[in-house]
Amino acid sequence: MIDHLLTASLAVLSLAVLGCLYRLLKGPSMADRIASLDAIGINLLAVVAVLCLLFRTQAYIDTILVIGILTFIGTTAFARYIERGVVLEDGDDEQAR
Amino acid sequence: METMSKLGELSIALLILIGALFCALSAFGLIRLPDVYLRSHAATKSATLGVLCVLAGVFLYFMFFLDQVSVKLLLGIAFVFVTSPIAGHLNGRAAYRQGVPLWDKSVRDDLQSALTEETQTGTQTLRPPPNEPESK
Repeated sequence: MIDHLLTASLAVLSLAVLGCLYRLLKGPSMADRIASLDAIGINLLAVVAVLCLLFRTQAYIDTILVIGILTFIGTTAFARYIERGVVLEDGDDEQAR
Repeated sequence: METMSKLGELSIALLILIGALFCALSAFGLIRLPDVYLRSHAATKSATLGVLCVLAGVFLYFMFFLDQVSVKLLLGIAFVFVTSPIAGHLNGRAAYRQGVPLWDKSVRDDLQSALTEETQTGTQTLRPPPNEPESK
């Protein structure tokens, strides 16, 4: 019984990943793609948690932590890259004046 | 006792299914909403809630039915709960600084007036001096 429900939730989670993938491919701005990458990482984390429960093992819980940390660091680095690029241009203009 | 454990398993599986549905809802918002900021709202909030539901369900199952208390899973719950809003906030700020336009039916933009005030008083001072008579 619980295995059927877990399989159904795996299917729903993979649908969510597909939706985020659509936004990742189509997104008009860079921030859209970053937000959808963040959502894909978080959905993958949930998928790994459900797989842990399906296999009745704790072996993959480290993977949850690693995916969470990598998603956060990746999102932060991309956002800083966009923002700091603009800020550095402003600083160059200030020095040129 | 048998029916109690069946009910517990069923409720935990329903919790996980509800979390997965919240994740799908956030993906739906990510597809359908018209703006970067609204999409970031959908992606951050409901995905966090859904993943928290899923992880809490897995933690409860391990604790009640397999007699294993997984501290790493608790750590993962706390980590996602803390870092996901930070990532969303950074992403939204980067989008605004980059100049991504708002939705044309947005009615209010407070950051615009704050940023123009900051550039008018000069970017050398980090914050504008309060009640300075020369600045008027």
